[in-house]
Amino acid sequence: MGNAQGIGAAVKRKEDRRFLVGRGQYTDDVTLPNQSFAVFVRSPYGHAKVNGVDAKAALAAPDVLAVLTGADVAADGLGGIPCGWLVKSKDGSNMVEPPHPALAQGKVRHVGDPVAMVIASTKAAAKAAAALVEVDYEPLPAAGLLANAIAPGAPQVWDEAPGNVCFDWHIGDPATTDAAFAKAAHVVELDLVNNRVAPNPMEPRAANGSFDGANDQYTLYTTSQNPHLTRLLLAAFTLKVPEHKLRVIAPDVGGGFGSKIFHYAEELLVLWASRRVGRPVKWTSDRMEAFLTDAHGRDHISNAKLALDADGKFLGLRVHTYAAMGAYLSTFAPAVPTYLYATLLSGPYDFPAIYAEVKAIFTNTVAVDAYRGAGRPEATYLLERLVEQAARQLGMDRVELRRKNLIRADQFPYQTQVALQYDIGDYQATLDLALAQGDYAGYPARAAASKANGKLRGFGMSTYIEACGIAPSALVGALGARAGLYEAANVRVHPTGSVTVFTGTHSHGQGHETTFAQLIADRLGVSTDQVEVVHGDTDRIPFGMGTYGSRSASVGGSAIVKALDKIVDKGKKIAAHLLEASVADVEFKDGQYRVVGTDRVKAFGEVAFAAYVPHNYPIETVEPGLEESAFYDPKNFTFPGGTHLVEVEIDPETGVVEVASVTIADDVGVIINPMIVDGQAHGGLAQGIGQALLEEAVYDAEGQLTNGTYMGYCMPRAADLPNFKVGNHVTACTHNPLGVKGVGEVGAIGVPPAVINAVLDALAPLGVTDISMPATPEKVWRAIQAARAGKGA
Amino acid sequence: MPKLTLSVNGQPRTIDCANATLLVEALREHLGLTGTHVGCDSSQCGACTVHVDGRSVKSCTMLAVEAEGAAITTIEGLAKGNDLHPMQAAFKEHHGLQCGFCTPGMVMSACDLAARNPAPSEGEVRHWLEGNLCRCTGYHNIVKAVRAGAGDMNGGK
Repeated sequence: MGNAQGIGAAVKRKEDRRFLVGRGQYTDDVTLPNQSFAVFVRSPYGHAKVNGVDAKAALAAPDVLAVLTGADVAADGLGGIPCGWLVKSKDGSNMVEPPHPALAQGKVRHVGDPVAMVIASTKAAAKAAAALVEVDYEPLPAAGLLANAIAPGAPQVWDEAPGNVCFDWHIGDPATTDAAFAKAAHVVELDLVNNRVAPNPMEPRAANGSFDGANDQYTLYTTSQNPHLTRLLLAAFTLKVPEHKLRVIAPDVGGGFGSKIFHYAEELLVLWASRRVGRPVKWTSDRMEAFLTDAHGRDHISNAKLALDADGKFLGLRVHTYAAMGAYLSTFAPAVPTYLYATLLSGPYDFPAIYAEVKAIFTNTVAVDAYRGAGRPEATYLLERLVEQAARQLGMDRVELRRKNLIRADQFPYQTQVALQYDIGDYQATLDLALAQGDYAGYPARAAASKANGKLRGFGMSTYIEACGIAPSALVGALGARAGLYEAANVRVHPTGSVTVFTGTHSHGQGHETTFAQLIADRLGVSTDQVEVVHGDTDRIPFGMGTYGSRSASVGGSAIVKALDKIVDKGKKIAAHLLEASVADVEFKDGQYRVVGTDRVKAFGEVAFAAYVPHNYPIETVEPGLEESAFYDPKNFTFPGGTHLVEVEIDPETGVVEVASVTIADDVGVIINPMIVDGQAHGGLAQGIGQALLEEAVYDAEGQLTNGTYMGYCMPRAADLPNFKVGNHVTACTHNPLGVKGVGEVGAIGVPPAVINAVLDALAPLGVTDISMPATPEKVWRAIQAARAGKGA
Repeated sequence: MPKLTLSVNGQPRTIDCANATLLVEALREHLGLTGTHVGCDSSQCGACTVHVDGRSVKSCTMLAVEAEGAAITTIEGLAKGNDLHPMQAAFKEHHGLQCGFCTPGMVMSACDLAARNPAPSEGEVRHWLEGNLCRCTGYHNIVKAVRAGAGDMNGGK
């Protein structure tokens, strides 16, 4: 029974039915009595002064309830949208942290920056009236591109940030790194761009705020990965009403990938507007608005140098990165190119010296913040492009060069030169597994077959590591985080033995309702059908920090396990009483309390019933009821890693890159549900391949997003991708009770450099030496033409 | 306002709606059938796919008034009581959904494919799903589910 659904079982998802019959409840599906609708008037300019907003015509339009502007926001004392992480520059000074008013005050700083909010009885009326709001803009020079923003004399996004520098940060030891380069036999150098991408969860953001004046109570339905964090920021910084008057519900959420972590202005504004107009106010983003206002990901320009000795052993790494922040600092933005990027630059390799400098740069664009992988894909891309380049430059085998430098299994715990200490891993094992499953030995034959068909075949790989299970609160606090990153759980056993689990993590595709039910099945021996997992409602769940950074199983799951331990212990006391035995003599196994070595047992359900009907009960020492809460703060990050192999086939006449095969071998720690784990890997791979071959959010110098629709932004479609071969080699995480590490981001982290390395491998015979992401047919075709014309790439 | 008469999930319905109302708006906002989703504004994502007289149609591309007299099936109309439609069951069996947002459109589109092609190859499924975007699954398990569901719909079970 129980354990057939426990840890390791591919249990079918409990949540699927409601989605399959159209009974999911997403934020836009919620329509409240007397509902009104909001539409935003947004800046069409990358940078402009706002000399005035004339709302007269809009206010006179039918069904319009209000038109609110930055002046109203200021008059009502709403707080600016805060940043959750303080990064300090090399010289100890704080990052430049400009104000972020919910509606623009005096200036707009990116296309999509909200200027006015129109509220009407119908969505159509709000939309029509928004077109009547006249904004007097005075366009200003803009820094729309990172490359422009760092140039001397670039337009200034903020007066208080000269050179558009938000912070100038570093990590590692420059002296030992200099010394490593001084004695190097080889130095390999690359300039790399990590392309800006738009997260694009299929459900656009939405928010529905209602204020109940009779009870002085606010309720927000929102598309959030972390409703408690949103409530905390609303309470402490933006709406400024206490938590007990504020309920935040993130119902079914249609994907997030990072972009729904952050506290967005619209969440504050619908609550405030509801108080102003006396009706619930709903806003639903359309897709174009999503492209313009959801925080984007990546957008780095880097220079990287790798020092090697004569045998190919890595001696040192030196990295300089410019990272775009956008115009305003989003919730986690400063942490992404620092503590989630530069701390990962050792990768899975034994590096004696690393020094990295990161300059965060304001641009006249929407914010850049965490997107699936968040910093770790950027680190992995840089490192794995560099290692591949080294193999090519030194004439070494790409597998053997990596093997020579991978941290050995006997070196754990391994202290990197960039702050992190990896607890455990076996990188050689995942490398060997990937090579075997991907039939690396058979590659030359496949390349020959492609060649015979007039195609260019290429092989690419990456060996990677990530840090997830975010995060140890004390550690991240010392690094500038303004919140703790523990997780909370409440386990309520009902009188008849069924169980409700309240978790502070949030499931928006990850399948927590199933995975967490399996933890209960495993520990308590009840069927997953007897378990309900509740998430996404601040009035029902004690607290929580939500879902991102592959933290739900390792941090949230560990909190549940802690609560379960308390349940089991309390049950033991009750069972001992019922069995007339001493507590020390009672064990709990397979859903039964047993007096050790006897056949005297009490089923878990009987103990639960006794807890709620305590007629025969140790009432002097044990309280009635069976419900426990736990908070779990992780001791360290977790470190999944592995090897990703990609083969591509390129049509030299069209430049079209076909992904011929993807084989991955990951170590994501103990696997609770292999079906869900594989699915998470698949999704990450699609996003990683999308970034490598298809996707780029293209701003121009003036800060116009030139491709903000699905007609212009190339989302991966079914025919763009192959089936994926996914393998796992498990080393259990040493510091959480489940041994889990995390899987949500591995695909997006590991695969982009493997794709590009494969493309370059295919094109190498033509003399092409570099190509940037996304390797579109046009880019590949041009590179081929340039190489054929003898100009190099 | 025009009065529109049509059949939705086998039941006759009458809707008062403006000329400019899209079919998806009529379904979601007038009839409360929120299983049909809106994921984009350029008819690319396919989350709004329904059946109009048996053929899959993106309900954001069609005015409600164009559906006068038509028989519409939405995701809510597919299961028979507690029994999932074979395509729905196949999506569950093969983990063909994660966040669930694209799922109704995927399932409706897949049913139309299965009606036309009882045993689609992997390539045919991938080609057919050109108009349905999923950001979660990488399509791997959707393709598996659609092939299995097509088999089950056509007597494979």
